[in-house]
Amino acid sequence: MNPALQGLLTIIIGVGGCVSYFYLSNQFLDKVLYPPTGENAGRNINRANTLRPWLFLAPAICALGIYLAYPVIETLRLSVTDRAQDGAFVGGANYARMFDDDKFWEAVQNNFLWLLVVPALSTAFGLLAAQLTDRISWGPIAKAFIFMPMAISFVGAAVIFRLIYDMRPIDQNQIGILNALYLHFGGDAPIVWLTIPFWNNLFLMIVLVWIQTGFAMVILSAALRGIPEETVEAAIIDGANPFQIFFKIKIPQISGTIVVVWTTITIVVLKVFDIVFAMTNGQWETQVLANYMYDKLFRANDWGGGSAAAMIIMLMVTPILIWNIHNARKEMK
Amino acid sequence: MDNIAGKKSSLTWAVHISVVALVLLWVFPTAGLLVSSFRTSEQIISSGWWQSLTPSEISAQHRAVDPDDHRISDGAGYRVEGAIFAKKSKIPEIISWGTSSRAIDAYRVGEVADLGEGETFSIAADGSYVWRGNDKQISGRGQRFFITALVPPEFTTDNYHFVLFDENNRQGMTKAFFNTLTVTIPATIIPILIAAFAAYALSWMEFPGRSLLIAAVVGLLVVPLQLALIPLLKLHNDIGIGKGYLGAWLAHTGFGLPMAIYLLRNYMVGLPRDIIENAKVDGATDFQIFVKIILPLSFPALASFAIFQFLWTWNDLLVAMVFLIDSSGETTVMTRQIVELLGTFGGDWEVLSTAAFVSISVPLVVFFAMQKYLVRGLLSGSVK
Repeated sequence: MNPALQGLLTIIIGVGGCVSYFYLSNQFLDKVLYPPTGENAGRNINRANTLRPWLFLAPAICALGIYLAYPVIETLRLSVTDRAQDGAFVGGANYARMFDDDKFWEAVQNNFLWLLVVPALSTAFGLLAAQLTDRISWGPIAKAFIFMPMAISFVGAAVIFRLIYDMRPIDQNQIGILNALYLHFGGDAPIVWLTIPFWNNLFLMIVLVWIQTGFAMVILSAALRGIPEETVEAAIIDGANPFQIFFKIKIPQISGTIVVVWTTITIVVLKVFDIVFAMTNGQWETQVLANYMYDKLFRANDWGGGSAAAMIIMLMVTPILIWNIHNARKEMK
Repeated sequence: MDNIAGKKSSLTWAVHISVVALVLLWVFPTAGLLVSSFRTSEQIISSGWWQSLTPSEISAQHRAVDPDDHRISDGAGYRVEGAIFAKKSKIPEIISWGTSSRAIDAYRVGEVADLGEGETFSIAADGSYVWRGNDKQISGRGQRFFITALVPPEFTTDNYHFVLFDENNRQGMTKAFFNTLTVTIPATIIPILIAAFAAYALSWMEFPGRSLLIAAVVGLLVVPLQLALIPLLKLHNDIGIGKGYLGAWLAHTGFGLPMAIYLLRNYMVGLPRDIIENAKVDGATDFQIFVKIILPLSFPALASFAIFQFLWTWNDLLVAMVFLIDSSGETTVMTRQIVELLGTFGGDWEVLSTAAFVSISVPLVVFFAMQKYLVRGLLSGSVK
């Protein structure tokens, strides 16, 4: 069958199925199981209302359970078993093997580098862009352009930046802007940027900073607008200059939002995969955990090792997870 | 507020200039891809895309047509006429020329080169040349000459034809485009529906364990996708879904749900309590309240999640590679196709840039058309 038709059919079946599930299950509850009539009308209404939330929640709970909660436990189990031995329990052997792997430590090291650089730069650029665009007439247009990379896939961004980092032999015209500028400002020979260890990590990070800055800008700009005018006015009257106003009055008031932006980008960074996969595939010392894991799983077919690497990623997001839940509970009280 | 007396003008200028610089810096990379996708492969590898916007100088060697076949008598001697550029809409403009490789810019346009003993050669700006001389001179091989010309910017849509409509192009994007669409639409609609009901229950229905469930959703929000790959692939194989659209839809639904529930709940909680309670007093059931009141009122939140999920599924590579694309490659999506192109044709920039632009154009259109909802969604998800 034509995939487009199949897709259409699935939309109809999926959407129709969902709607009819919700409709029919509610009808069943009200008309058949606990009808609000007869001698037990009051009791039936109460019972129906106790059950109803679970009808509404059932599909979501199933999907969340199967697609997110179960895999966490299953991955943990897989990480201590060996597929080659028919899934026998091997304890920490997978982890021990992984800790002996230089590539793993390279990935961990790079991930920490990403964690240091990308959230910091994205937030800083985002804050700068938010503050600068806030009070000029064409600010919204400028914002739209800085925000635009959010819509571009990591793979698309990888192509875009591969063109920027492109290298041609010295006797030809450079078509990558970076080499063209480098030669223009006195470089001796064009450089294959993505193969210089350590620095190539930064060239990959720039791609993510380029994408995430818009996100930081949008949120921080809203936060800046929420600052009470009086505080700024008071500072002006007291003779503060624009820089003092920005750093001493505004930043402290939006520090909460800065933390939220920072952690959100941190989570994106921890899962970063597509950029590295498409640009260097972890060669030249640019490996990161998510790509290391993909390597183990689908190239080396090593499920135990891959699961162990996945658990390390999980371990790294756990503090954020706990902090988020803590905040959410505080908010509800 | 920043305009303290006397400081306004200089600071405002600095702000305007910095913003222009920032915007240029952010647009420049994408512009490079867009411009490159309209250039021929020869143009792309011979000069940077930023040079293609202005006329560029080229130097080339030509030879006059074979005199033995083309010469015509001209008074006492002969002449050969010809043109080096085919008649096209845009022809390069010759600025200088020469007849020796040692001095290729010896003459200006309109000047007549004296080649000795009465033999002359001249060339006009449009590339037509005249070569005069006696019988002996106008024979053998055609006169060699060199030109330096200014080529006007030239763009072509051939790349798009090749990438989208060429039947023989096995790396074409048409199939991948429709496959991506097939993944994206159900994977956007189904989670919205499921999440909307769940969000309603979590915001307006009383039941034990509600706050625990909300906490669980917040926790699942950050669970890395990577963890789910093997267990779910195994599960899909065990229950017979294998690799295919169904698996990809289900996976995207599962992975998108926490965000959907979280966003929609944040929005629904803020709806006025009176409306809902009045409806209850009037005898409406929860199902009716949800369908007739909550859903229409929540449209902005639904729209903003829809955009997120659309962008996320359209741009996704990992889920497609793990759950969708089998060894036949029939169900390949655009992101995967581009990665393949990056690998096999590292230097084939005209195909690569065009394919990449085809893939990012749809999200860009959605982005610019629905930016309002996207921003609103981001704000309700992150700032409380």
